[in-house]
Amino acid sequence: MRAMKTVPYFLAVLFAVVLGVTILSQAYGTGGISVSFTKVLGMTLCLCLAALAMDLVWGYCGILSLGHFAFFGLGGYMVGMWLMTARTEAVVRANMANNVIPPTEAEISQGTALQIFSVVGAEDWPWMWAVSDSLFLSLLLVVLIPGLLALVFGWLAFRSRVTGVYLSILTQAMTLALSLYLFQNDTGLRGNNGLSGLQNIPGVSAGQSYLSIWFFWASALALALGYVGSAWVVSGKFGNVVRGIRDDEQRVRFLGYSVEGYKLFVFVLSAVICGIAGALFYPQAGIINPDEIAPIASIYLAVWVAIGGRGRLYGAVIGAALVSLLSTYFTGGRAPDVNLGIFTIQWIDWWPVLLGLGFVLITLFAPNGIAGLFDKLVRK
Amino acid sequence: MSALLEVNGVSVSFDGFKAINNLSFSIGEPEMRAVIGPNGAGKTTFMDIITGKTRPDEGEVLWGEENRSLLRMSEAQIAQAGVGRKFQRPTVFEDQSVRDNLMVALKKDRTPWAALTYRGSDADSARIEELATEIGLLDHLSTTAGILSHGQKQWLEIGMLLAQEPRLLLVDEPAAGMSTEEREHTTDILVNAAKTKAVVVVEHDMDFVRRLNCRVTVLHEGSVLAEGSLDHVMANQEVIDVYLGR
Ligand SMILES: Nc1ncnc2c1ncn2[C@@H]1O[C@H](COP(=O)(O)OP(=O)(O)O)[C@@H](O)[C@H]1O
Ligand SMILES: [Mg+2]
Repeated sequence: MRAMKTVPYFLAVLFAVVLGVTILSQAYGTGGISVSFTKVLGMTLCLCLAALAMDLVWGYCGILSLGHFAFFGLGGYMVGMWLMTARTEAVVRANMANNVIPPTEAEISQGTALQIFSVVGAEDWPWMWAVSDSLFLSLLLVVLIPGLLALVFGWLAFRSRVTGVYLSILTQAMTLALSLYLFQNDTGLRGNNGLSGLQNIPGVSAGQSYLSIWFFWASALALALGYVGSAWVVSGKFGNVVRGIRDDEQRVRFLGYSVEGYKLFVFVLSAVICGIAGALFYPQAGIINPDEIAPIASIYLAVWVAIGGRGRLYGAVIGAALVSLLSTYFTGGRAPDVNLGIFTIQWIDWWPVLLGLGFVLITLFAPNGIAGLFDKLVRK
Repeated sequence: MSALLEVNGVSVSFDGFKAINNLSFSIGEPEMRAVIGPNGAGKTTFMDIITGKTRPDEGEVLWGEENRSLLRMSEAQIAQAGVGRKFQRPTVFEDQSVRDNLMVALKKDRTPWAALTYRGSDADSARIEELATEIGLLDHLSTTAGILSHGQKQWLEIGMLLAQEPRLLLVDEPAAGMSTEEREHTTDILVNAAKTKAVVVVEHDMDFVRRLNCRVTVLHEGSVLAEGSLDHVMANQEVIDVYLGR
């Protein structure tokens, strides 16, 4: 029940944040927050949602997946294909409008494909763009493709009883393989160029100041729904079984539960949540490329959850928000260098060291993360 | 009384070492049976085979009226068919309350969807309290299982077995590390269960076995050495050699 009790508090804090950001926004408020920072905040909420998914699978079910950013990235790619197609098509259509002979639909489609794929020396639509002209189908793929990959991967891994560090390595291999595949120029997703111009929403004439706050709201809504849904999932008997699997898989199995089935359920659910988070993240980032799903990204996701506190949904959110915002601060060039006379600390280089140190300290002195410390305070 | 479980000519080896060697065993329902034997005799491995944890190299394990083979079923399917197992080391869900431990074990639909939509009923609460009374943990329903004493954890695990409503209980060294009174309570629980179910108890302690007052199977080097009443098997020269010759 513990998780369900945190829901009202979480929603209240989230609502306060949304209200504050809206009041300070360019579009609806005083303009105290820049458009780009609004986007950073919106993206942070998406990362919090991904961390929530990570907490489900790791903190509650004990599966240390180090590949969940693959699902996040796939969600981004799925929505990115539609964004790029629709926007490029609009541009092509506008360019051809002045032609003496009005262009046929086939010509527009050809022109669009040429625009999109000439960077990788291609001019035809790859098969995986088959539904990129349909927003509805593309959004369906945001859920289906990460879910399907998780289903197939999880089925193979869990059925063979791969657990612990072996499973972690396997998930790293999965995300590495996917990113290497996407790096190829001929696989249809524009290789290392990735998909770009995603911040422009086709058919919407409002400027970025409006789009940024709308996406921020959407991200907050997704996080709120994700939180309530996750809390519901882990607070009932399902949560008892899943935590049982984390603590003693064998016991659960001999009680007659199909451990593999439960793991698969949680794995797929969390992959779908990550896919949705990614689909909201990349239109705010504006660009997605295969580097996003490099193995290190998924490791960061686990680090956030560890720092925030495993097995407490709000811990994952706190960890992701805190660390990713600090990371933006330190690597964004805004943190002042520290001059020690003979040596200058440049944060861009030293932030990973600081993060690593923080991670080690938390692991040693606060195994339940920031949320664990918080719990102690509340109980006193 | 027809057999509930029949194990025929089962063998299993680990890296060439025969842990179970052409073992046959059968138990009816209801029945209490004690399995004794020196360390390494293969008692735990025998339970591993019945519950699907270890697959034997040869032999058959037949279950129920229809003589279904357990060898092709997963651990979870075997448990659902009605085999409950208590491990040698007490294994309960340490960070969950006694109530939740029992609730998870209650005989219900085991699918993820059923667990997601489960709403406890009054009947379930009553059943949990009844079980808690039987294992002496009624006052500890809200206690986190991790802080229970060793003996209480053993009882909780037995309670979880009973909650499953199995037809066969396999209980591996339930009295290990218990005080004399705790042992007596454990005996009571098991004897009570054996009124309606088949119960197989592995135990080292002879006094404990004597109190169970049941047929005894002696295992040695993976095979059945003797079977019968405790006095009968303890009079067997081979059994004496095995036990005293150590
Ligand atoms: N998984 C395993 N791998 C290798 N050897 C094992 C394994 N399980 C049991 N054994 C060996 O099989 C023999 C029987 O073990 P066990 O069934 O635990 O005995 P008991 O429970 O009667 O003390 C022991 O010699 C043990 O070392
Ligand atoms: Mg043993």
